[in-house]
Amino acid sequence: MKIAIASGKGGTGKTTLSTNLAAYISETISNDSNGQVVLVDLDVEEPNSGLFIKGDILKDEYKYRATPVWDSNKCTLCGECKTICNFNAIAQLPNTILIFSELCHSCFACSELCPEQALPMVDKRMGVLKHYQQAGNLPNNDKLTFIESRLDIGEISAVPLIKQTIEYVEDNFSDEIIKIFDSPPGTSCPVIETIKDADFVILVTEPTPFGLHDLKLAVETVKELGREFAIVINRYGIGDNGVEQYCLENNIQIIGKIPNMRQAASLYSQGELLYDKIPAIKEQLVLIYQAINRINR
Amino acid sequence: MKNKEIVVISGKGGTGKTSVTASLAFLAGNEAVIADCDVDAADMHLLLMPDLAHSEEFFSGQTASINNALCTNCGLCQSICRFKAISNSNDNYVINKIDCEGCGYCARICPSGAIKMEDSHTGSLHISNSRMNNTLVHAELQIAAENSGKLVTKVRQEAKRIAKETNTEYIIIDGSPGIGCPVVASITGTSFVVIVTEPTVSGYHDLSRISELVKKFNIKMGCVINKSDLNTQLTYQIKEFLISNNIELLTELPYDNVFTKAITAGKTVVEYATKSVIETNLAKCWDKIKIGVQ
Repeated sequence: MKIAIASGKGGTGKTTLSTNLAAYISETISNDSNGQVVLVDLDVEEPNSGLFIKGDILKDEYKYRATPVWDSNKCTLCGECKTICNFNAIAQLPNTILIFSELCHSCFACSELCPEQALPMVDKRMGVLKHYQQAGNLPNNDKLTFIESRLDIGEISAVPLIKQTIEYVEDNFSDEIIKIFDSPPGTSCPVIETIKDADFVILVTEPTPFGLHDLKLAVETVKELGREFAIVINRYGIGDNGVEQYCLENNIQIIGKIPNMRQAASLYSQGELLYDKIPAIKEQLVLIYQAINRINR
Repeated sequence: MKNKEIVVISGKGGTGKTSVTASLAFLAGNEAVIADCDVDAADMHLLLMPDLAHSEEFFSGQTASINNALCTNCGLCQSICRFKAISNSNDNYVINKIDCEGCGYCARICPSGAIKMEDSHTGSLHISNSRMNNTLVHAELQIAAENSGKLVTKVRQEAKRIAKETNTEYIIIDGSPGIGCPVVASITGTSFVVIVTEPTVSGYHDLSRISELVKKFNIKMGCVINKSDLNTQLTYQIKEFLISNNIELLTELPYDNVFTKAITAGKTVVEYATKSVIETNLAKCWDKIKIGVQ
């Protein structure tokens, strides 16, 4: 089961919920010999889950995407490639073909349609995937696996790395295992890549006009993708009741309300998990996990 | 007069980027044109409460569509699509619009000419008069549309055009979180980057990644440490990081629920918390930015 934890607005608590929920679930299933939970940080531009969840590294691998490279010996400068490319990633000068690999979407059209095979596709590094086992801050915890991908600075598209990371997770873990995807913020391509095949999406918001405005966009996005979803309100108690009003009017389920506490902000600032130190937060995780189990059935 | 573009970014979301930008917009008044380039989650208009003066639709990129009357079901398109955007249901080939990246490969090779590429409507652009005596250029990304940075670039172009026409010196840009396309599109060619951070392990981590990106563009940077009393030890470490990376410390702001209260009241924090240390510090911050950008 794939659970994506997303939000429109950044900084509403996606990573806080993802890491605490994953650690809490791993603790509750500790007596179940087959139990396992996988936390996957797909906010590859700014991955933060690893600051809260530590573990022993099992695998560390570079991820690549294919982009064309110009072979000047074969090229006849016919200019076909430049016409084909829909992303303006190829330019032609009198004696040269220039390739802007950061604009390339790796569609292979230029390479496969070049009459002279002068544009072979070559792998280019875009980031690194790390796979940790026995993660979590609990002693002898072998129930929690943590996977993180990190986009190289200067690479501008997160989508291919997110795609390959999800493929890695699907290849290595069976369908019934609970997988928690810590999503990037926003509502565009990287988020869509993260949530489009999720079984359940939890949208984390905060009870402020900013939170509400961005939540509405996120809800429309999730609906467009036809995903099942529910809301968690973080920093509950500050701001106003606009988010609750909106959920009520639109028949959207709120499955948790994480209280606003300076203690939580302070522990978070140090890279600490919260549920094992603040009972009021653990109570909310219990409710959220119950809601997940209802969906999973 | 040459216009000076100042962009506010954060790497991590939720550090107070929009609260700071809106405050700068208020302090600048008619000295600046404001551009909300966080088009995924554009919130500035909630505080600037603008009168909409002009709106236009924005198209970028393309999407494929198959005319099943012409299609001979040869399946070539499906075999070459790298995005798995073409599937076959009940002997009809269909394009999944969400997965299609608009490369046009399928349309180009379809032997029966059954596939055509259509321009995608990816958003709308608005130009408004804000209640702060300045112009706000903002945009809305279409639901589930791609954000390649083109709409961001368009917002900046419009802001620049208006600044030129009205002889306005500064352009204040609210950027988006992350280090990818929309961020690169918001910082390329600007005169000064303001990074809003917070003393949390994630705030510091994201500050180091975003500043490394900005360095590649060789743009002057300044930093606002928000919630600086939340973790004084980390605040100290961040300050050392700023010194060693040649980033100017613009100001520090306290951890205070007044930021949320201001947003809830539809006001910028400088208007809401008048005569507070927050107001004083943000005013000094704006002065430092104006010096830094020269």
